[in-house]
Amino acid sequence: MLRISNLVKSYGSDKPVLKNLDLTVEGGLVSVIGASGAGKSTLLRCINRLVQPTSGTIELNGVDMTALKGRELRAARRRIGMVFQGFNLVDRLTVMENVQSGRLGYISTWRAALRKYPKADIRRAFDLMERVGIAHYANKRADELSGGERQRVGVVRALMQEPEILLADEPTASLDPKTSEQIMELLRSLSRELSLPVMINIHNVHEAKAYTDRIVGMRFGRIIFDDKPEALDKPAMDEIYAGVPAQERGDSSHAAPAVGSAAMHTS
Amino acid sequence: MTTARDTWHKPPFIANPVIRYTVWAAILVYFGWAIGTLPFDWGRAAEGLERAQRIFSGAFPPNFDRHELLIEGFLESLQIAIISTAGGVLLSIPIALMAARNLAPLPVYWFGRGLIIVARSFHPVIVAIIFVKAVGFGPLAGILTLIVYTIGFVAKMLAERIEEIDEGQVEAMRAAGANYPQTLIYAVFPQIMPRQIGLSIYQLDSNLRASAVVGIVGAGGIGSTLANAFGRYDYDFALAIMLVIIGAILISEAVSGQIRKRIW
Repeated sequence: MLRISNLVKSYGSDKPVLKNLDLTVEGGLVSVIGASGAGKSTLLRCINRLVQPTSGTIELNGVDMTALKGRELRAARRRIGMVFQGFNLVDRLTVMENVQSGRLGYISTWRAALRKYPKADIRRAFDLMERVGIAHYANKRADELSGGERQRVGVVRALMQEPEILLADEPTASLDPKTSEQIMELLRSLSRELSLPVMINIHNVHEAKAYTDRIVGMRFGRIIFDDKPEALDKPAMDEIYAGVPAQERGDSSHAAPAVGSAAMHTS
Repeated sequence: MTTARDTWHKPPFIANPVIRYTVWAAILVYFGWAIGTLPFDWGRAAEGLERAQRIFSGAFPPNFDRHELLIEGFLESLQIAIISTAGGVLLSIPIALMAARNLAPLPVYWFGRGLIIVARSFHPVIVAIIFVKAVGFGPLAGILTLIVYTIGFVAKMLAERIEEIDEGQVEAMRAAGANYPQTLIYAVFPQIMPRQIGLSIYQLDSNLRASAVVGIVGAGGIGSTLANAFGRYDYDFALAIMLVIIGAILISEAVSGQIRKRIW
């Protein structure tokens, strides 16, 4: 169970990006929606400490992530899988090496350097790749794959960590609509099979409603909606996507273009 | 109503006419002064032409009789170039990692940059003179010189490449709980590998050239052979050596160009 309480993140002396945010995720698929600049990405990155929270606590199954350093932090990150918008695969390495990079937190540096992966890891990799349909690409270079296939590699890499929660930051934003639905479908079925809690930042509200169990709506660093997908009606949508994030942060210079982008993401 | 305008002049580079003409005048005055005060001895230059004539006529036809000496010198140059490239490239990798702003903390960054700046400050000939004084005549001085030369170029270019890497791949490794060396091996090295290979081949080519030059000040190799030939007025042998150097550089340039074209 993930329990975030009173989380604040501010960059320098600017107004905070996350304002006293509370959120508990017990299981299932949770989608986080909100206009660009609402703080979705920062929230996700605070959980595995790619971004350093300013204050507040983030507890994953009893361990407070915010207090960890060095070796302990790396050990805690292994328990949190992450899938990225741009896939973030290592293009020049093979699919197998990319998948095994999810185990880096578990294996020694020399094993990693010589690609002497433990047998159990290789078995696990083939099982997972088989499950998502990319096992035949094991020896291909990651940049030879199509977008949908690349994101499958990204998902398998995250699952190799044997995570207790999966974070997905706009996992479908770089994909065409059909592939995008396939990836959402995959995330949903994997979440069910492995009873793995999944938190997905997503711009596509239609997909959020169709594939996830719970929708969290963010606006200007706060959660203003948290309910079942059916409860997300027109007024709630308007509330989440209304206004100009930059203006609310007191930065009027970015106000004009933000209106256009906020309108676009509600589509 | 105004008449149609059909003339246009590009605005001058320096808009203010006073500054513009002052700059021009200053340039003319400087060149007049510089050429007027440097000690050109036209009489000696005329004699030199005669001497050049003697050297060139003495050089033809090139004399390959002492080809054993030539081959020996050339092989030594090749050894110097290969060993110094390997050593220099190996040292360049950690220095480049230190000198990349996106990976190194600020003090380490300045240290890495400092090493590169020092390595780049002096022409190899000056570095060679220092090393010849320090370790004596011969190939060791040449190798040390070219290692410094290699670091100056390869570490600088590699550091710039490291600063351009896709940070997303690094982020993904960190998110998986990888430590610093693992992140380097999985997310950084694969991205810089093609540039690394290209730079190494270019540098081998470049070191072969430079090894001939530093040899002249006593750092071994075919440069030393060439300097000796000049010293003994063996102009025909010197020409033979120069032809071999030109041939070797043409070949290495062609080969390195082909290899660099094929990796990406």
